[in-house]
Amino acid sequence: MTEPYLRLTGITKRFGRFTALDRVSLDVPRGSLVTFLGPSGCGKTTLLRIVAGLETQDEGTLVQDGRDISRLPATRRDYGIVFQSYALFPNLTIFDNVAYGLVNRRAGREKIKSRVAELLKLVGLPDVGKHFPGQLSGGQQQRIALARALATAPGLLLLDEPLSALDALERVRLRAEIRALQQRLGVTTIMVTHDQEEALSMADHIVVMSSGRIEQVGTPQTIYREPATAFVADFVGKVNVLSAVAEGQGRVRVGDLVLQGATGSESFAPGTPLRLYLRPEDVMVNGASADHPNVAPASVQKIEFLGAFCLVTVTLQGAPAQPLVVNLSRHSLDRMALAVGTPLRVGLPCECMRLL
Amino acid sequence: MATVATPLPAPSPARTRTIADPQQRLAQTLLVVACAMLAVFLLAPLAAILVKSVQDKAGAFVGLAHFRAYVQSPALIESAWNTLWVALAVTAITVPLAFTFAYALTRSCMPAKGVFRLIALTPILAPSMLAAISFIQWFGNQGALKSLLFGYSVYGPIGIIVSAVYAIFPHALMIIVTALLLTDRRLFEAAESLRTSARRKFFTITLPAARYGIVSAAMVVFSYTVSDFGIPKVIGGNFHVLAIDIYQQVIGQQNFNRGAVVGLILLAPVVFAFVVDLLMQRSQQAHFTARAVAFMPRPSRGFDAAMLVFCAIVCALMLAVLGMAVFTSFIKLWPYDLSFSLRHYVFGLVDGGVIDSYFNSVKLGFYTALFGTMLVFATAYLIEKTRGMRATRAAIRLLAAIPMAVPGMVLGLGYIFFFNDPRNPLHFLYGSMAILVLSTIIHYYTSSHLTAATALKALDNEFEAVSASLKVPFYKTFVRVTAPVCLPAILDIARYLFINAMVTLSAVIFLYSPDTKLASIAIVNLDEAGEIGAAAAMATLIVATSTVVCLVYALLTRVLLRRTQAWRAPPTPNP
Repeated sequence: MTEPYLRLTGITKRFGRFTALDRVSLDVPRGSLVTFLGPSGCGKTTLLRIVAGLETQDEGTLVQDGRDISRLPATRRDYGIVFQSYALFPNLTIFDNVAYGLVNRRAGREKIKSRVAELLKLVGLPDVGKHFPGQLSGGQQQRIALARALATAPGLLLLDEPLSALDALERVRLRAEIRALQQRLGVTTIMVTHDQEEALSMADHIVVMSSGRIEQVGTPQTIYREPATAFVADFVGKVNVLSAVAEGQGRVRVGDLVLQGATGSESFAPGTPLRLYLRPEDVMVNGASADHPNVAPASVQKIEFLGAFCLVTVTLQGAPAQPLVVNLSRHSLDRMALAVGTPLRVGLPCECMRLL
Repeated sequence: MATVATPLPAPSPARTRTIADPQQRLAQTLLVVACAMLAVFLLAPLAAILVKSVQDKAGAFVGLAHFRAYVQSPALIESAWNTLWVALAVTAITVPLAFTFAYALTRSCMPAKGVFRLIALTPILAPSMLAAISFIQWFGNQGALKSLLFGYSVYGPIGIIVSAVYAIFPHALMIIVTALLLTDRRLFEAAESLRTSARRKFFTITLPAARYGIVSAAMVVFSYTVSDFGIPKVIGGNFHVLAIDIYQQVIGQQNFNRGAVVGLILLAPVVFAFVVDLLMQRSQQAHFTARAVAFMPRPSRGFDAAMLVFCAIVCALMLAVLGMAVFTSFIKLWPYDLSFSLRHYVFGLVDGGVIDSYFNSVKLGFYTALFGTMLVFATAYLIEKTRGMRATRAAIRLLAAIPMAVPGMVLGLGYIFFFNDPRNPLHFLYGSMAILVLSTIIHYYTSSHLTAATALKALDNEFEAVSASLKVPFYKTFVRVTAPVCLPAILDIARYLFINAMVTLSAVIFLYSPDTKLASIAIVNLDEAGEIGAAAAMATLIVATSTVVCLVYALLTRVLLRRTQAWRAPPTPNP
């Protein structure tokens, strides 16, 4: 196995009595896009700033490309950084902004000009060299900020919530562009975000963080399908949480219903209180045959129309105190002619259930 | 595949220390230098006063003997009392006046607001003595309107009070205008929908929101009146105030120890006002949140007319004061020969050898503006934009706030005690232009620092991080980006320092030498000698110079504004 491009070991950071990061260890593979995902205050931005050298860790080591950078100041590390606020220099033209890091290296003027032109073409804004940042839209400014960060061909690209300041449409567009750019250049990238949709759509690996600790590291698929902890299950995507009690031999009781758990749930001793996690889109409605395990009668309590799909809240007959939210496409809703009070049959596939 | 290692025991030492980065070292060194400068030129002189107040002439420690002697001296107690009640009177007059004027400017739809505002700010261009001279001309022994005083003399408390009101009015006005502007329109709209009377709206919305501004203005007026020396010197007559006492003890009687005691007594009310202001600032809630909408007044004929009349009267009076002084400088001899003459300028100033004072003042203004702006802005930049050395940074912030609490005379006093001591290695500074420049910069440090810090805080605070990632030293970014973007604030500081250097008196009255006599000091001397025409001429010159500087500043700001507009011209269509 090749060495990871960046290896963090035991990173700890305290602010007075508050521990922002608690012995965080992580490997970032070369050429991948890794996302730090978590709610505000979980430490993801602090971790990014420690990688950049803008904050100093209290304990722990960082090794970048085989080099121990733990004690190096920011000016001696090899990275480019893009901030939520773009931080473009308002009094310099776009050309001067992008060329900012190059001018210091005393490259020839022609070389600088061609490099800037190359970068502007790369981010899809070839003609704005003479403009000022204040004349561009948010999405354009962010692309220039990206071009500026990439100008010096750094080994590591750091993105601190780059899309948070943009409106919804720009966000979606830029998301795809950043990902395409990153894959084309093959630059190792770390991105911080609190938007799980961004993380799921862009990342090779997601690092889910909470309260200064890593909850789970994995591919978007793994994080979504197999959340390792209650926090991850709750934070990433919508999920139904049902209170259950283990019955032994892989069965659990929810209210009056007895359900078959997924393989591996035999380990729970009878009587153990459990939480059952099930994604709304995994619930089968009127589709499973009656002798399929985990089928129960229910009735429609509420329908929330969200355009392409709907969130239907159903009340299980055997567990009236714990409503279930089901994700149905608009077509399915029309086909089944569901309305408030309509009785139906729901199936809870055991392989989609997570018991924690 | 990314992995999560199990928590390892920390392999590195308890606290990671970064390798020294030459740029950070430079920033840290500069921070320490700035701190040292402020300590030497601010704290040390103040400490010297403290020391002198408990020593006798020979330098032996005598404890509180001088303080006791002070308390037992009825004349000195009377001075303290005089100073206090005059300052209270000035505050009681100026603040309501300024409030009403500010209210007219911000809450009415009267015409010609720009003109009124401009006139109201003119006293800033003049030394405080100009008002005193003018009032002598209006109400003095040969005054044009002497009869209006019903036998009372303008020399004494009356003269001091009216002159001080004139001089400090613009400062109070600006503070209250700012406070009134920062009121959320939505509060008024909500009150309207609840059918609140205008009177109730005023007392429940306007006043509370402006409360901080009113108190702040009152503190500024109070401090100023207590500390001012020029006005009581010219128009005080036999009415003794603390500022005069200090002057007499130190210059007249060479009794430094007593002078130090009086200086400390003078410090007390000013520090009190400073602390009140500070506490108010802390308890000030954010009335003007980011979502608030600025207030837009609606026309109301009766109200607007009343405000118009009020402002017109105030401005007319102010112009009368300024006008009388200028007029005096251009006539032969008041009140006997009112024909036009330049003799006060030609003979009174130039031939009287006093014109050098004017050029010294211009020099002082120039050096103070140049070095002061550099020092203030660079220090504010180091505090706001560099990392590390928290304690030093906090110390500098504290030191930067102190000059506001120190009257000019007290500062000047401290400088004599500290720098005139032959044992001090910096003794060579005494009597030079350098010490005048330094004392003036320190005297006006707080407000300049605030302007710089505000401008720097408005910048994106990631510029330095971007610079570090692109391997560009922070000082290059400072020159290429930070300073140009903050240019309006830098020019504002330079103008503020220049104008104040032109009119300053209380600090420099102790520090000048025959080579470095300043215009304000010359005015005092000319007035003492009875040459009121020449004194008025010098004051007029100062006003003229300050006006020119303000015009240049306005022009430069206009040019700059156009440039920054260019940075924000309409956006290009989306590609």
